[in-house]
Amino acid sequence: MSNLLKNIIRFVLFILFQWYILDQIPPLHRFIVPYLYFLYILWLPFNMNRFLLLVVAFLFGLSLDFFTGTYGLHAAPCVLIAYIRPFLLNLLIPKDTAEQSYVEPGRKSMGWAPYALYVGILSFVHHFYLVLIEWLQFGNFVYFIGKVAGTTAISLLMILLVEMLFARTGRHRTN
Amino acid sequence: MKNIFLFIRKYLTFLSFLLLQVIAIVLLSNASKTHQAFFASAANEVTGGINKRYSGFRDYFGLKENNRILAEENARLRNMLASNFVAPDNSKQHFVDSLVKDTLGRYRKYTWLPAKVVSNSYTLQSNFIMVERGSDQGVKKGMAVASPHGIVGVVVETAPNYSKIMSLLHRNSKVSAMLKKDNSAGSIEWDGTDPNYLTLRNVTKGAKVIKGDTVLTSTYSANFPSQLMIGTVAEISSESSSNFYTLKIRPSTNFFSIQYVYIIENSRFVEQTQLENNTPKNP
Repeated sequence: MSNLLKNIIRFVLFILFQWYILDQIPPLHRFIVPYLYFLYILWLPFNMNRFLLLVVAFLFGLSLDFFTGTYGLHAAPCVLIAYIRPFLLNLLIPKDTAEQSYVEPGRKSMGWAPYALYVGILSFVHHFYLVLIEWLQFGNFVYFIGKVAGTTAISLLMILLVEMLFARTGRHRTN
Repeated sequence: MKNIFLFIRKYLTFLSFLLLQVIAIVLLSNASKTHQAFFASAANEVTGGINKRYSGFRDYFGLKENNRILAEENARLRNMLASNFVAPDNSKQHFVDSLVKDTLGRYRKYTWLPAKVVSNSYTLQSNFIMVERGSDQGVKKGMAVASPHGIVGVVVETAPNYSKIMSLLHRNSKVSAMLKKDNSAGSIEWDGTDPNYLTLRNVTKGAKVIKGDTVLTSTYSANFPSQLMIGTVAEISSESSSNFYTLKIRPSTNFFSIQYVYIIENSRFVEQTQLENNTPKNP
């Protein structure tokens, strides 16, 4: 399957999964909202143009916003993590190995430890910014940081499950 | 001029990042004000169509509970039928008057329209409910919405066949309420933290509130009929610096499993709100 087609299918599946399954779960606790959809942006290919990456992230966030009815709420954090992503990848992986030979970030192409750090930092940034603009103020600081931490923990748990369920083959780039 | 182009080219990614962020924030801050934004209505038709299919599939899981609620309500309504009452003597006969406007000068003020919920959210700070009944079926902005158990919210946006309801679980929602016991008024809001509890503010400390007291909609509201159920008092907190109680209310509506709601039309809504918003010209 071509890379483009695969990413288009993922786009649709992530949006539908987030809205029709994760957002329909009655809240377990006031700190915890399950978010998984942003994993789509973490999985986009290495060699994507940075401008295109931002535009795709914006459209992705906005299409979830059409379902939730809050235009721009999810789009803004998506654009933010898409902007930080290349810098983080440059720091985390040796220049000549993974980026040259693999298509997209994953535990096979980067190794468990750098990949976990990459996912952890970006999901923390995503939730921090999302909760911040949702409240538009810090309000009660303990509540704020508790919500960010709780949501990040649940997201990381779900990403771990996804990684174990779907063994994405670390396909080598074909020249 | 050349330098400007070079600058733009050098920082293209950063500039486009800033631009997209600004677009997102502007959309977000305008969302509550410009509900008639040109794409909102069109997008509602599209997402409403998808949501309808999904909700049709999900309805099967809620059939049992819905049946129970409907049966309960049917029983209650049947008990109110005139045919249940028999006059003790048959020298007088009882007729049910079917005129819209009856001869004693009473008029119909509220009309209840049923609607099916096609999407619902409760995990965000600003939660909306979409129902399949729109301006073509007589829904207008500002109408009140209730479920069989209690009130749900207010209509904020309408498309031809769908409309969007601002749920009570929205940080901007505000409904006038009162305690059933002594009619002391207050206003129902939501602080955005826990979807299991609402907040009732501005209840005077003269009221003798205890846990478990019933809270109803007040007689001052323009869109809600008075004395509809809202919930019960779950926690009382009083600050010594203020003259008002802040009460935690457990809503009687279960926001996590709403499937059918009633949209309540007040035929004198426009008249009342126009007069309320009129500022006297020469005070």
